[in-house]
Amino acid sequence: MDILIYGLINAATFTLLALGFSLIYGVSRVANFAHGAVYILTGFVVWAFLKVGLNYPLAIILAVGVSALVGIGIYQGILIRVRGIAASEVIASFAVGMGIIELIKMVGFVGSFGNPIFVRGSVEIAGVTVDYQRLFVVVAAVAAVLFVFILTRFTKAGLALRGIAQDEHAAMMLGINSDRSATVSLAIGSGLAGVAAVVLLPLGDLYAGIGYEALTYAVAVSIVGGLGSLGGTVLASLVLSFLQVLTVQLLGGQWRMLVIFLAILVILVFKPSGFFGRQKELEERV
Amino acid sequence: MSEKESPALIRVENVTKSFYGVRALNGVSFNVARGEVLGIMGPNGSGKTTLINCLTGFLKPTSGAIYFQGEDITGQAPYKIANAGIGRTFQIVRPYYTLPAYKNLIAPMFSPRARKFAGGGGLGDRDAIAIDILEELGFERDARVPYKPAGTLPLGYLKRLELARCLALKADVMVCDEVFSGLGAAEISSLLPLLERLNGEGVTLIMIEHRLKELFRLASRVVVLNYGVKLFDGAPEAAMRDEAVKEAYFGKGKEAVL
Amino acid sequence: MAAGLQNGRERRRERIDRGIKVRTDGLYALLSWREMCYLVAPRALLVAGLLIAPLLLPTLWQRVFCLTGIYTLLAFAYDFLVSYVGFVSLGGALWMGIGGYTAGIIASEFGLPPVLTLPIATFLGGAICTLLLMPTLRLRGIYFAIATFVYPFIFNHLIEALQIAGGTLGLMNLPTIQNDWVLVYTMAVFVLIVLFGLRRLVSEDLGIVFRSMMENDQAVSAAGINIVFLKIIGVFIASCIGCFAGAFLCVLYGSVSMSFFALDFSILPIAATVIGGAGTFAGALLGAVVLVPLTELIRGFGSLRMVAYSLILVLFVALKPVGVLPYLTRKYEQFERWVEV
Repeated sequence: MDILIYGLINAATFTLLALGFSLIYGVSRVANFAHGAVYILTGFVVWAFLKVGLNYPLAIILAVGVSALVGIGIYQGILIRVRGIAASEVIASFAVGMGIIELIKMVGFVGSFGNPIFVRGSVEIAGVTVDYQRLFVVVAAVAAVLFVFILTRFTKAGLALRGIAQDEHAAMMLGINSDRSATVSLAIGSGLAGVAAVVLLPLGDLYAGIGYEALTYAVAVSIVGGLGSLGGTVLASLVLSFLQVLTVQLLGGQWRMLVIFLAILVILVFKPSGFFGRQKELEERV
Repeated sequence: MSEKESPALIRVENVTKSFYGVRALNGVSFNVARGEVLGIMGPNGSGKTTLINCLTGFLKPTSGAIYFQGEDITGQAPYKIANAGIGRTFQIVRPYYTLPAYKNLIAPMFSPRARKFAGGGGLGDRDAIAIDILEELGFERDARVPYKPAGTLPLGYLKRLELARCLALKADVMVCDEVFSGLGAAEISSLLPLLERLNGEGVTLIMIEHRLKELFRLASRVVVLNYGVKLFDGAPEAAMRDEAVKEAYFGKGKEAVL
Repeated sequence: MAAGLQNGRERRRERIDRGIKVRTDGLYALLSWREMCYLVAPRALLVAGLLIAPLLLPTLWQRVFCLTGIYTLLAFAYDFLVSYVGFVSLGGALWMGIGGYTAGIIASEFGLPPVLTLPIATFLGGAICTLLLMPTLRLRGIYFAIATFVYPFIFNHLIEALQIAGGTLGLMNLPTIQNDWVLVYTMAVFVLIVLFGLRRLVSEDLGIVFRSMMENDQAVSAAGINIVFLKIIGVFIASCIGCFAGAFLCVLYGSVSMSFFALDFSILPIAATVIGGAGTFAGALLGAVVLVPLTELIRGFGSLRMVAYSLILVLFVALKPVGVLPYLTRKYEQFERWVEV
């Protein structure tokens, strides 16, 4: 039973990390290697706001706003100049991501500290002790998924995003601005990274290397689920998370990350476009 | 029809291609005889390009089969089909823009098929052979046309470059996707005898064309498609008298005037 | 063309080949010493520079020389992949790690001397890397980039979690080459071989086929070439070069550890190539020669290096993508003047 609970919580974590990355790629075809950087940056922004004396809820909201702004800044400032040149896009986002993370490292946050948990205490669910923070994680994940779902299905802006995702040229001919859609996707995607940071980082210490870890998770889940697919991301989060929890139970903690990587390999060999990915990922174009 | 009765070079049998529920091709069947010129006609969106994409390996038919020289080539990778001897041109010309025209032929000459026919020839000869091929196709050697970057050449030359690539591949069959489109009268009148000559030398041509005047001069037989279905298969003149074909092009209740 | 007004008349800037460049374009260049010098000088300088520099450098900088060579090789591999095969590799670290560990494991398990472990690790490592990356070759380029980025993390975790191949501490006390001169000149010669070899490769027919594939892979498929196989060859070539670098570092240090999989080895080659000018290989060399000694100077500052690379990289990519070498080449071959329109 506890496996079920832990698995779900873990899945929520994965979803939060991967959702933004998958969305950004799905809409703008940009693999945002700076996703992890935005994640950890938001964590530090929250910490800074708290240091300055803002109350926690305000700090969180502002930090998420900052993360969205950073996403917009990355796109408008850098990526837009190299749009279409695939190699340069990758290098640019990778370099930006690395730059941010190493900058944080450089500013020298040393020592053990982190952001405080929202509410102390825990609750008993079906005989398993779950602390409130982890409940928040699940709630946030569900909210994020619902948000993206409703956004892309029922709002005009969201439908524009889906249009661009499916066929960029056709959408542009219908008057949908590709650059604006990409900016929006980066804002939302980075904002989601911010939400993830706000809710997840209090669970541990704050250090710059988390940025790379987060990126790896985001990438792993997105590939397994299919880059750009909401359903795929959710399903992949569940599958990978339970895979991970079960493996740790049966084989021990050191296999934690390895099982994820093995899953990526398996997917790449057998169904490279991921669970729900579109066949366009293969070189099948005419 | 068994193979002994009619040694058709290419057999397309009941090919269907669906894209998420849209049937681009619906049970299309026809044969291509060695050495003939087959025209493929039809209004826009009738499935012509899908058909030749299936034939040349760029798309995999949802069902049905395609045979070349008796072998099943359904769904094979494009490079394998090219090596079997089916070359193609692209509707939107795709030269290697920054490379000189004659270097555009290096890639097909590098293929296993071309190398087999060349008998393991020397590497240095490739450039010379490429320029010879281009010269045969009308690239004036004296004006250094073959040496110009492909991106700077006018469309007439680029179309011929596409054909040159098939020649460099030593293709037995050339599938030409709207090779006359976009060309002016002068360019057409120099391209037409070229194709006739190639056919005379034994190359089988399958041509998708909208320019019926040119097509009818070359083709001995046409296949007409509409909405993915084969409407007609036979002589070009008979095609324009066929009721179904007329309806496809002009709609009901009108007379076709040719 | 830059344009401007002067005296009410419009002017524009015009670039013309230098006289000497035109004169050296054909066979007649052989007739004049001066023209031969013009042609040969850049390459001669390069070769001479690489071969003489070790003699002039103080001993501490010998190591920097070798390190520069390592990063240069990684940059060559990156440049080849991005300019001729069409893949962005974020994985210099992957080559370093696989090459280094292969060399290390061979040395520690079989006790072979460096003169054997280097070639074996180069080709075996190259094969391993190619195998690892094979599933991504059919897919869009982004998957390759992601794979090269993720694999070093995978290996780090593997090594740490399973405590294999020396675990967290790595393999130590491996045989090295005692003679510094041998080390330095092996590197210098190998760099030269790879540089001229790659340049030769891309101007030969195989290189033309690669470039054709970069321009339009469907046409190349329709021309009878198996592009997946072509990509495999390209990745193998690049991986061998990269793995040599890794194996060399293992021989240089006499040890190998998880630090071989550091991001440092991934980003600096990219920065060197972008700054120096992609596609020319010599540009990558130039970039590495500039960046590596610079970073050795500020080695004490740790993360500042990485931030600096990232910043430079982003600036170059966003603003001036052509690179330093093409600029220098242009200056060498052409001159500018204002002409009236």
